[in-house]
Amino acid sequence: MHQPHGTDFETRLDQLRREAREKGRVGDAGTHAAGGPMPNPSSSNNAFGYFGLPFLKPPVWEWMIPVYFFIGGIAGMSGLVAVGALIKNEFDLARVAMWSAAIGAIISIILLTADLGRPMRFIYMLRVFKYQSPMSLGSWILSAFSTFAVPGLVFTEWQIHSSIPIVHALAIIGIIGSAVFGVFLATYTGALIGVTTIPAWNAHRAILPFHFGMAGLGAAVAIPILLGFPEPALSSIFFFAAGAETLVQIYLTFRRHGAVDAALHHGKPGWVMRIGETFSGPLPLILAGLNVWFPAAIIFLLGALLARFGWLAAGRTSACDPESLLASERGAQPAAESKVPYVINPSIASFGSMNKSQR
Amino acid sequence: MIGEGIHSSNQRRHTYVEDEVPVGFFTDPTLCIGCKACEVACKEWNHVPADNIGWTGHSYDNTTTLGASTWRHVMFLEQPKQRGHQIAGTLNNGDHDPSRWLFLSDVCKHCETAGCLESCPTGAIVRTETEAVFVQNEVCNGCGYCVVSCPFGVIDRRDAKLPDKGGAFKCTFCYDRQASGLTPACAKVCPTESIRFGPLADMREEAANRVRQLQRDGYDDAQLYDPVDTSVKGIHALFLLLGKPEDYKLPPHPEVPTLYLKAAYGSMIATAIAAAAFALCAFAFM
Ligand code: SF4
Ligand code: SF4
Repeated sequence: MHQPHGTDFETRLDQLRREAREKGRVGDAGTHAAGGPMPNPSSSNNAFGYFGLPFLKPPVWEWMIPVYFFIGGIAGMSGLVAVGALIKNEFDLARVAMWSAAIGAIISIILLTADLGRPMRFIYMLRVFKYQSPMSLGSWILSAFSTFAVPGLVFTEWQIHSSIPIVHALAIIGIIGSAVFGVFLATYTGALIGVTTIPAWNAHRAILPFHFGMAGLGAAVAIPILLGFPEPALSSIFFFAAGAETLVQIYLTFRRHGAVDAALHHGKPGWVMRIGETFSGPLPLILAGLNVWFPAAIIFLLGALLARFGWLAAGRTSACDPESLLASERGAQPAAESKVPYVINPSIASFGSMNKSQR
Repeated sequence: MIGEGIHSSNQRRHTYVEDEVPVGFFTDPTLCIGCKACEVACKEWNHVPADNIGWTGHSYDNTTTLGASTWRHVMFLEQPKQRGHQIAGTLNNGDHDPSRWLFLSDVCKHCETAGCLESCPTGAIVRTETEAVFVQNEVCNGCGYCVVSCPFGVIDRRDAKLPDKGGAFKCTFCYDRQASGLTPACAKVCPTESIRFGPLADMREEAANRVRQLQRDGYDDAQLYDPVDTSVKGIHALFLLLGKPEDYKLPPHPEVPTLYLKAAYGSMIATAIAAAAFALCAFAFM
């Protein structure tokens, strides 16, 4: 092929124009794309897509959100514990559970508000109700939960010193309402991150609400266990939750989705996940089995919190990884094929190195 | 089209907003010269603040991505490849391999079913008369859920250091200009009419014709990017592509996350019931 230089360049351009005018089409190669050097190719050997840049936006959420997932889970499931305690006439346990529920509700609202880009507008969350948006549904669930949990606590404390029947009734309504909305408060957070475009999250949309709910349940009973309540129901719920979390960990470990959820298993997020899941699953299960409840409860709480951070970190990594998105797509090519979108001449790749120092 | 002068739908005044005509962009990389006038015009008209001024080393693309303060983004693609009879240059490196240098101006897709709109809990994101997707800045509280719900990674929350911080921003389809009969700033300014603006139906037709014409001329990998067969159900910013969508940072099969609602809500309800049943039974019978 002819490679024009200098005045040849203009001559070649004239040829091209003539050919185009006469035939309406130019068959042969043209000239340099520009007089200057060609920069780094966008499709280089080791980069997916466009310079390997992210196809998706990573979540903008900060530490408040994983902490909210954790606290909201405890608060929500505490409502359930309070109802259970009522069934057994254990008023002290019901009181402790309602304290967890009410304080958790308030902290949850503070955390959610603090993470907003415009915190003064938290109330705008209640402008509309959209079932198709887990964020909207969740805001309503949290609001409803708080409406029951906070007065519920007030009436629960009041009825100890009062014999007015309406106070007892209101306390019971508060406790039952907290349980009804609480179980959804602890589980919707899984749907919140499952119903997104981030591959590592939406690949697990069906397991996430279960995972988060069970972590919340275990954490909610861990608190009265730490406070030394000898209730056997608490320990059986703890076994149930830790067992369920162990199954989730086994599932996540063995049912991998390749590049799609690689972020859950590799690098820093992978380690946070692994430690968090172990601490909120098998480890407390064993410790509780050995009847050492205090460390079991502490480790469960720690693990549940860590795992929430792990999920957020993995979501960030997954969103920024084009390989993760392309692998998650319908009819996706196996990674080996999509890795080299265009065959690159090595000399071009090395030519692009002029910009490497600026990366 | 070029040659139509002031009669081009890019230049003449219109009443699409009044008449509620669905409108669209059609962006054609075979016409783009990479001048970035669209990026500049967009920033100027919409008072979008400057962000991230620096060198990336990614070709001549120092914008890298759409975001809260970048609503048009010109991509630079060097593809060492000649397809069919197309005119290709050669790289200035002593080799004689054919190569092509492509530019494409990316923008919010204004999806038919928009992930951002579906997910917004405040109702800040609405659909306009021309079926564009519009974020009402006065309503958005910056929850950031739209950011993880856009299948194209377009919308983002604006950084704390910039004006109007904390809100989510993206292309407005120049709703203000459209409402007064003007063309969006990017299409108006595009010197080669690589960005075309007009009624969506016309744009679809024009795009299909252009693809046919290019294929006839030997660009045998020319295709239209308009994901109508996915849950997005089509877009209002059509793109002509030479090569694969993923080379342009476009997902081949974008899906709206509401697709995952059923499984997630199903699991949520089942878990809630299971947890309640187990816990209450434990208290009742232990
Ligand atoms: S491309 Fe993203 S930001 Fe634009 S309308 Fe679609 S979902 Fe919304
Ligand atoms: S950040 Fe604003 S526009 Fe985006 S979902 Fe939240 S309220 Fe809606």
